[in-house]
Amino acid sequence: MSELPRSRPDVEPEVSVEELDREQRLTLIQRQAMELVPAETSALASLKSGYYELPMLKEPSWTWEIPLYFFVGGAAGASGVIAAVARLSGASPQLVRDARRIAFAGSILSPLLLISDLGRPARFLAMLRVFKPQSPMSVGAWVLVGFSGGATAANVGGWIADNTPYAGLARLVQASGDIVALLFGLPLATYTGVLIGATVIPAWNRNISLLPAHFAASGLAASVGLLELMGHRSPALQTLGMGAALTETAMGASIELSPDPAVEPLKHGPSGWLIRVGGVLSGPIPLALRAISLFSKGRRAERLRKYAAVSSVVGSAITRAAWIHAGHISARESRPA
Amino acid sequence: MSTTSAFLTDSTLCIGCKACEVACKEWNGVAADDLVWSGLSYDNTLSLGARTWRHVKFVEGIPEAGKGGNDPAGSPWNFSSDVCKHCETAGCLEACPTGALVRTEFESVYLQPDVCNGCGYCVVNCPFGVVEKDEEDGRAFKCTFCYDRQKAGLKPACAKVCPTESIQFGELDDLRDRAQRRIAELKGRGIGDASIYDPVDSNVKGTHAIFIVRGDQKMYNLPPNPEVPTAYLRAGWTSAAIAAGAMLAGTLIAFLGAGGKRL
Repeated sequence: MSELPRSRPDVEPEVSVEELDREQRLTLIQRQAMELVPAETSALASLKSGYYELPMLKEPSWTWEIPLYFFVGGAAGASGVIAAVARLSGASPQLVRDARRIAFAGSILSPLLLISDLGRPARFLAMLRVFKPQSPMSVGAWVLVGFSGGATAANVGGWIADNTPYAGLARLVQASGDIVALLFGLPLATYTGVLIGATVIPAWNRNISLLPAHFAASGLAASVGLLELMGHRSPALQTLGMGAALTETAMGASIELSPDPAVEPLKHGPSGWLIRVGGVLSGPIPLALRAISLFSKGRRAERLRKYAAVSSVVGSAITRAAWIHAGHISARESRPA
Repeated sequence: MSTTSAFLTDSTLCIGCKACEVACKEWNGVAADDLVWSGLSYDNTLSLGARTWRHVKFVEGIPEAGKGGNDPAGSPWNFSSDVCKHCETAGCLEACPTGALVRTEFESVYLQPDVCNGCGYCVVNCPFGVVEKDEEDGRAFKCTFCYDRQKAGLKPACAKVCPTESIQFGELDDLRDRAQRRIAELKGRGIGDASIYDPVDSNVKGTHAIFIVRGDQKMYNLPPNPEVPTAYLRAGWTSAAIAAGAMLAGTLIAFLGAGGKRL
């Protein structure tokens, strides 16, 4: 305004203090109003891509506990399977014991994580009001309960057998626990893939056929890795680790090669890189390390297997977090198609 | 024989007064939204959610010189009150693990807040992005279709308060007929770009809240083909069964192959 040429009146009017004050306040209000306008929406946002490019779907409401639960539950479920099969095949009792312990620890930690996400314990119990086969969430809650029962029986039974005179009955409890943990461990390690696949989130939904196998391999790799980190060097674990890493490599390649635009969040941006980092740590790296370790001897082979184990465990955890994160991005980018 | 209650929201009659939003909050005791200044036309609510069960969309395009009024080629300036669709096959209802979501005698989808445990699975199973978890409360919320008012033989609060009868409440089949007649009437007046949103051909199998909107339905974030994720369960569980079988077989081969080596 000050640049405008001003015609000078004969008599300079007096400017009152109130007027100056008012002008100052107006300038302030104008400046504040300008600041309120988001820089990128100087004009109305486009209506060409949905309603002002706002998401059509809601983002998942899950907190950090859920991806962690996917990791813990997956590793625990696979450990339950390994414990039962290892015992059946007459593998070392220490290996069987440690696999049972991982399963048990996971079966305690999993409900705690779920309760923490829900807010209070009674809310977890509400999951057990009904059994709804058409809801993977309901199926999963019951699978977890069944698995926890089995894993608890296997561990508590073992403890009673070792420390009290009731060994006979306790061994029976332990053996049944192993079987129950095996039967529920298999769905526990796989159902989370169905859980997120059977949703409206495009990046998850398009991969519903891939996800259960992907998560099963991830859980198996984590379980094998944890057992190896506990010092076990069974060739069976090496074989399982190789199989899981090979599967994860194939999964990673399948995601990378998918031409579906709905899987973009799995390939681009921070969520894409998270998927990639998790994938490489779960697939090619442990696969290569394990392969080299087969042709190495002594401490070198030992070291390589340990690295492969760490890589698989970390990769599995990152993979779960990455998939949940990609779901958020996918929901945020959802438009009516 | 139960009746199928339904909404017909005719956006050609909507004046954007937001009385429906207010009446809904008043009747249902829904907390206020955070005040945000979106800059997107007159819409500061932006979407349906845990605390917004009716939401007026303001579809305002950038004006072009010489095109105005009811010219379909002109930039749009439409209002449309959105609401939970109360799907014939509802994703949220299928997904709910606690049985909190139920189908009422009015064929609406009702979320029982005393049963909901806030697992959030309905949120990722709604193809319309309606139901949402209230972060403060920890449970999910959505439109109740004024179940309490319907029980007492009253119209839902939003339909009752709507000053232009843009929100009409009634029997689904009646409202479908009424929507057809309205489209014909609008066409007769030269408004040819109005259409009915009622996705009966999708696997949602139709909704109990249908809409008349002008212009491209996508401008209103209405998906042409909403999908109930339950349709993918067979593929998912088949894959899970194969994966579980492979895992068991692999473990057996690995351990029995290593047979009795006690390593």
